[in-house]
Amino acid sequence: MLKDITLGQYFPGDTVVHRLDPRTKLLLTIVYIAALFTANTVLGYVVVFAALAASAALGHIPPKALVKGLRPLLFIMVFTAILNLFFTPGEDYIIHWRAIRMTWTGLKNAAAMLVRVMLLVSGTFLLTYTTSPLAITDGLEALLSPLKKLKVPVYELSLMMSIALRFIPTLIEETDRIMSAQKARGADLETGGLVQRAKALLPLLIPLFVSSFRRADELATAMECRCYNGGEGRTRMKVLKMAGRDAWAFVCGALLMAGIIVLRRLRL
Amino acid sequence: MPLMEIRSLTHTYSAGTPFEKIAVDGLDLTLEEGRTVGLIGHTGSGKSTLIQHMNALLKPTSGAVLFRGEDIFASKESMRDVRFKVGLVFQYPEYQLFEETVLADISFGPKNRKLEPAEIERRAREAAAFVGLAEETFEKSPLDLSGGQKRRVAIAGVLAMEPELLILDEPSAGLDPAGREDLLEKLFAWRKARNATILLVTHDMSAAARCDELVVLDRGRVALQGTPSEVFTHAKMLQNLGLDLPEAAHIALLLRERGLALPDGIYTVPQLRDAVLALAGKGGAPC
Repeated sequence: MLKDITLGQYFPGDTVVHRLDPRTKLLLTIVYIAALFTANTVLGYVVVFAALAASAALGHIPPKALVKGLRPLLFIMVFTAILNLFFTPGEDYIIHWRAIRMTWTGLKNAAAMLVRVMLLVSGTFLLTYTTSPLAITDGLEALLSPLKKLKVPVYELSLMMSIALRFIPTLIEETDRIMSAQKARGADLETGGLVQRAKALLPLLIPLFVSSFRRADELATAMECRCYNGGEGRTRMKVLKMAGRDAWAFVCGALLMAGIIVLRRLRL
Repeated sequence: MPLMEIRSLTHTYSAGTPFEKIAVDGLDLTLEEGRTVGLIGHTGSGKSTLIQHMNALLKPTSGAVLFRGEDIFASKESMRDVRFKVGLVFQYPEYQLFEETVLADISFGPKNRKLEPAEIERRAREAAAFVGLAEETFEKSPLDLSGGQKRRVAIAGVLAMEPELLILDEPSAGLDPAGREDLLEKLFAWRKARNATILLVTHDMSAAARCDELVVLDRGRVALQGTPSEVFTHAKMLQNLGLDLPEAAHIALLLRERGLALPDGIYTVPQLRDAVLALAGKGGAPC
């Protein structure tokens, strides 16, 4: 069932990680990514991994959920790892047989790349698992608000993003419903060649388009009925507020970054 | 042999996630052939989940569904096959229309069954006639019709498959009272003409009162099953399950609470009138 898609889905909860300000979490995610790409030693990666594991534990996110997020990327990860393994230039051969050359440098590169991608993806999933989509949009809007001075329509962009996010579950539900309705009329969506399958999608896509336009229209009418006229002068029901825990979170982030830089300098 | 038999059916949504929800919980149900069965229950009682098992759209977490004694989940073929025998009309079915013309849309089901073009056309025209669509709408785009007409096209699309069991989820939701009455009449007439079976999911108690049999669902199980008069005898229980009563049954309940010794099983206006007049000692003369 489509409903069972959990990729990057918010896991409601009430832990320290959930309660952190979304701005803090967004900034810390950037710090985390920076640290990940600064690290270049085994110990460095271990430290980054420890930071991720600690945050996941604090947020009560089961390790299984983080691993599950990696699954769709498995193919790309394996593919790049193999490329790295066999096509890294170097002289320290492990295997050198005709055109097949595997070097220690290649092995190291492949391993480092794998670890980086895995940590990168699980780190960003940790953000979406513990922060509701609306909180993320709010946080992004707040962080990007200086760009308003440059006439970037930050408010409109964030509104578009929240509407898009808001309608993802609705559209999934609708797709599910229309799919069931057409299957009930004997539609076969699963077998046949490429052309046949593409044709079989029409009974699904047409009603979906029609209802999406209808929904967009209804939403626009509803917004106008409530005298909506853009972001100018709007107040919020939930005002973002930093708390003591956010300060501590920033301290942890700074420590992580500093630690990684020291490790890099010392080549540990 | 019963038409459909459901044995300890359980369905759990999103098992193993924080959103886990048991929608149907060890449900047993038997449907006999050739009658109109009403399925009632509070929102979230598992009605929609249950009916989607009856034509193999949802697979049970555990349990079995038998159609004429055969397990419908036995193979991929049997799962697709049962969809031509058990027709399912979803809530607000007008949102599934997609073809260029009304007739083409009604033909979608029979076409999927790979019938002869002449047979497809015959079925489509017959189904359209059953729901009362006029000939001049046949070549129109279904999207240009009114809401009530779209609903009819969608229902005709399932009737054209000539199912042995027709399941309808709130077919009259959002229609005006006259349209509701009209649609029910047409469905009942269709059932009689084809000697088929109808399972009608409804919140409308006056529609439920007209079924031959009622099944009451509560928290994914069958709470009551019987004729309307048997089921409406348990007026208090139905109210506790968050269900409405037919108006006459509701008035009878209130009168009983005020001390009138009315008999059980009143759910139509004539029954109530006769009972009240009998109490007043005037006999059953019509007013």
